[in-house]
Amino acid sequence: MNAITVLTQLLSVLIGVALAPLFLGWVNQCRAWLSNRTAPSLLQPYRTIRKLLHKDAVIAEGASPLFRAVPYLLFGAMATAAAIVPSLSTALPFGKSADAIALVGLFATARVFIALAAMDIGTAFGTLGARREMMIGFLAEPALLMVVFTASLIVGSTELPVMAETLAGRAVAIYPSLAFAAVAFVMVLLAENARIPIDNPTTHLELTMIHEAMVLEYSARHLALIEWASALKLFNYACIGFALFLPWGLAPASAGAEGLLLAFGLLLLKLVVAGAGLALMETLSAKLRIFRAPEFLAMAFLLAVLGLLVRLLLRS
Amino acid sequence: MTLPWSAQLIHLSAALLLLLSFAMLAQRRVRSLVNLFAAQGATLVVSTVIVAWSSGQHHLYYSAAMTLVLKVFLLPAILHRLIRRLEVQWDTETLVNIPTVLLIGLLVVIFSFGLAQPISQFADTVTRSTLGIAIAVVLLAFLMMITRRKAVSQVVGFLAMENGLFFAATSATYGMPMVVELGIALDVLVGVFILGIFFFQIREQFESLDLHHLETLKED
Repeated sequence: MNAITVLTQLLSVLIGVALAPLFLGWVNQCRAWLSNRTAPSLLQPYRTIRKLLHKDAVIAEGASPLFRAVPYLLFGAMATAAAIVPSLSTALPFGKSADAIALVGLFATARVFIALAAMDIGTAFGTLGARREMMIGFLAEPALLMVVFTASLIVGSTELPVMAETLAGRAVAIYPSLAFAAVAFVMVLLAENARIPIDNPTTHLELTMIHEAMVLEYSARHLALIEWASALKLFNYACIGFALFLPWGLAPASAGAEGLLLAFGLLLLKLVVAGAGLALMETLSAKLRIFRAPEFLAMAFLLAVLGLLVRLLLRS
Repeated sequence: MTLPWSAQLIHLSAALLLLLSFAMLAQRRVRSLVNLFAAQGATLVVSTVIVAWSSGQHHLYYSAAMTLVLKVFLLPAILHRLIRRLEVQWDTETLVNIPTVLLIGLLVVIFSFGLAQPISQFADTVTRSTLGIAIAVVLLAFLMMITRRKAVSQVVGFLAMENGLFFAATSATYGMPMVVELGIALDVLVGVFILGIFFFQIREQFESLDLHHLETLKED
């Protein structure tokens, strides 16, 4: 581990944190265009965060210190995740210490804390949102793990940078198992990031909220951090998807500054396409009833396991 | 260890067949079920053509053409017509709820993959490793027949089972003799006609296509 790789590591975390609201803004813009509305500016998420940071925080009566600590915890967890997921370069010294399973655990930690914070103040909507979030989470997590296992079965490692590097370096071949895993991954991404078939991120109906119901009591800088962390989570998921299914274009460890610049350009291109695709998927599908959500996620789990099985069968 | 492109494409279409079987298992609407059946037939045609091309077995082209005409166009058209005439296009109820059926289906797939592993070692075709998927498609169609209550979806399950059998024959031994295949195709066609007549009889008798009416022997 030398100074350059540490610098690359720092740079990829910073780029993740800085680009995440932009990616969210792009998805929102595409969604607005697709539904024939005037789109908000691409920089709208940054403006929202700045506005929230300037306000005075109001904390619910009887809130414990946990309630105040959770936004920082959440943001910290997502920034750590951005350090593990290869977004620009595969030379991540941090990636050696935590593999994809630890990454799933990190997401789970963040989810547990936000659910605890939602229940902490004791309002009905917070508890309702927390319960729903945990239900979605416990169904989505095994599916995500299975997706990771399918890819790591092909590569023989669970470290995301190594997986991305090996997958990119292989001879071009069709992997039916990876196709299954990719579909399952997109379904998990939609469920975990409070996107449309499961949850509507822009809803104003409290009864249908999941993620929004949990953060109803937050304001000002706490809310800003939570919003930023959600954007970062979406960005991280997109980067996991790129690392597993579109691994081309990541800068290898030996690449210099121009290599990183090229990787950055390719990352932007992939994000633009993925964001438009995400918006298209969300526009084309209707929100599912909450009781249909287990079916959706059972399908995702099933696809991921099928990918694993097909891989085992067709290897011979 | 990279396989030739044709083998990779066959693997891909085998995986698609399995995926379509699960989609049929999860589908509630009869009309979409028939469309999925047609898509399964189309995938079968593609894989048969690739097998025929890569192995040089010319008689497989004829069976691919027969599958195309019969399972992609004729049978779905007949089924759509039946559904329209019988007015049964709304959601069907399954006996077990759908996530449970899907998980049972997963166990079925594991079972059939385990079953096929030793058998496929004796075959010497390029496609032998897809035998497990073929058995899984047959058993999943069987599962669909068991878990559905309405007659039309059971018939679609029966036809999907025949798809799986056809695929098993192609993957294990490059297809059955032409006479057998023609016989099966005729059987399936006639079967659908007869079952279509049965639908009308059942509905006339019980005013519904729900098959649990057939479980009691006499009127109370």
